[in-house]
Amino acid sequence: MAIVKLSTLARGESGVIAALHAEDDLYHRLAAMGFRVGKRVEILRLGLFSGPLHLRIGTTDLMLRRSDAAKIDVTAG
Amino acid sequence: MKRVALLGMPNTGKSTFFNRITGASSRTGNWPGVTVDLLGAKILLGRNMVEIVDLPGIYDLHGFSEDEQVVRHFLENNSVDLVLIILNTTQIERQLSLVMQARQLGLPAIVLLNMADEAKKFGITVDEKKLAEMLKLPVLSLSAKYGTGYKEAHQLLGRQLEQGSPVRLEYLREMLSQDDRLETEMDEVLKRTVEVPAQLSDNLTARLDSVLLHPWFGLPLFFLVMYLTFQAIFLFGKPLQDGVTWILDHFRQSALDPLLAHFPFIIKGLLLDGIYNGVGTVATFVPIIILFFLFMAIIEDTGYLSRAAFLMDALMSRLGLDGRGFVMLLMGFGCNVPALMGTRMMRTRSLRLLTMLVIPFSLCSARLQVFIFITAAIFPARSAPLVLFSLYLFSFATALLTAVLFKKHYANTEPFILEVPPYRFPTFRQMLLRGWHEVQHFLNRASKFIVAGVVLVWLLTHIPTDVPPASSHTLAGMIGNAFSPLLNPLGIDKALAIALIFGFVAKEIVIGSLAVIYGMQGKGLMSLMAHQLDWVQAYSFMLFTLIYTPCLSTVATLRSESKSNAFMMLSLAWSLGLAWLVSFVFYQGARALGY
Repeated sequence: MAIVKLSTLARGESGVIAALHAEDDLYHRLAAMGFRVGKRVEILRLGLFSGPLHLRIGTTDLMLRRSDAAKIDVTAG
Repeated sequence: MKRVALLGMPNTGKSTFFNRITGASSRTGNWPGVTVDLLGAKILLGRNMVEIVDLPGIYDLHGFSEDEQVVRHFLENNSVDLVLIILNTTQIERQLSLVMQARQLGLPAIVLLNMADEAKKFGITVDEKKLAEMLKLPVLSLSAKYGTGYKEAHQLLGRQLEQGSPVRLEYLREMLSQDDRLETEMDEVLKRTVEVPAQLSDNLTARLDSVLLHPWFGLPLFFLVMYLTFQAIFLFGKPLQDGVTWILDHFRQSALDPLLAHFPFIIKGLLLDGIYNGVGTVATFVPIIILFFLFMAIIEDTGYLSRAAFLMDALMSRLGLDGRGFVMLLMGFGCNVPALMGTRMMRTRSLRLLTMLVIPFSLCSARLQVFIFITAAIFPARSAPLVLFSLYLFSFATALLTAVLFKKHYANTEPFILEVPPYRFPTFRQMLLRGWHEVQHFLNRASKFIVAGVVLVWLLTHIPTDVPPASSHTLAGMIGNAFSPLLNPLGIDKALAIALIFGFVAKEIVIGSLAVIYGMQGKGLMSLMAHQLDWVQAYSFMLFTLIYTPCLSTVATLRSESKSNAFMMLSLAWSLGLAWLVSFVFYQGARALGY
């Protein structure tokens, strides 16, 4: 049950959010999209050439850039 | 008059609901405290006229994005009698936060659960009665797309407006400065009223995404979709544009020309070649804009646009743009005007301005006409395709250069998180309304500017009246003379300089203006130009034409979309400067190499 950055997960993997290290703007937006500690995030696919992540949280699908995903800690598995 | 505001997150079908309830009667307008235009409509509800305002889609009433601030400032400065909060029922566990926030602010509200039909398919059930009880707000489910639940919504709206009193602004202002304690309450409400299956069923969207977002096929498919869209717009658009031109020409020949036959030359010219042609220029854009937004509505409303953004983001983020900007840049190769208008879907101003600065470098179909003519006149047939291709390369290169140079200045500070909605079929009505609204917008904002520009150029090329039009003795010729120290190093002579002044209005008239300037047409004009210009001069002229400015309509659209004269001037100055530099380097370089 290691804590890793969301950006390091592979396609099809999921994790439970452990911490959000986002600045105000990003934090607000993430919170509005349903990112909260304890919520499960699933990686649907990864964009080519270090493109964005396509993820699912709750019933919402969204895309997030890897630089932003690196600010989210998840417990993998 | 009572005022009702429409509130909801993006992708909830809020605009569809607004269109349905207001019909086509809506207008964009200004409201106190808000710097951007909002869509509003006045409708008769029961016995009262009610003003309905469509607020931008937001995730959070307390957030700091531009749209969130717009909504807040609107609510702080305009008293509303009722807020209609539209939720996407399939995402209710997340979207309910907006209702909780509105309730905490004491806004008189009705909750509309939209896409109720879609939620059922996902196995999501909502206990409406209990939800209404716990929220102490009326709750109603409907489908904005299919129009079910509307009668009830209408009646409920009327009833609530009869009873309610407008919100007290001072209280609202005070309340908006706080925001806490919502989360636990929301969880409680959700736990007791909403059931969500643990795993969403593997639906059509997932299956489509596995193809359309495929690591290998995704990008080729994207370019295929773009290519087909592009072809379709201009396949249908060209005959429509030609039709409009034909009608305008006929009306002129059969009615206006005889009517004004006895007027003095200057008045006749000003009315017909100035104002009437200006109106004609505006009119030829109408079919293209309608078609463009018909197709854009399909791409956007089906949810494919977010997929395009996903596919192109890796490249575009390095340029300070996003994937949607790339779609608009590609569309600019057809016509810059609707592409610029299409950037309105980007909600961050800096991102939007950067995209708008880049689009004018897209080699549009009007410029292509000029290049095909000149290439045919000057270059041998076998090298013509290469010449045209090289111009496309220059178009891409200048666009990329502009993005890279200006991305610091228009740094995008908002986090880029885009929802990827499930695929949906847009309704035809939605598409038509979109096209219609955009045309209205274009006509309202840009038409005066365009007509004025056409008149001005006509005056420049016809005053004084006792010399041949567009000759070196007219005002335009004098301007061409004045600029000759600047243009001579590019190999552009006085005659071509006058053509550039025409080209500022519209690239479509450049060949026509060359015919007037040289006093020749068609093949004759070609051979005369081939005689007077060598290929280095011609290519330098084409480079300058490509980069210096697309046309007056684009400039007018830049101005009306950015709502900033300074931005328009910056775009103009940058394009002109870059055009000069590129042509200078090319011309002098080619000459230095002995060509």
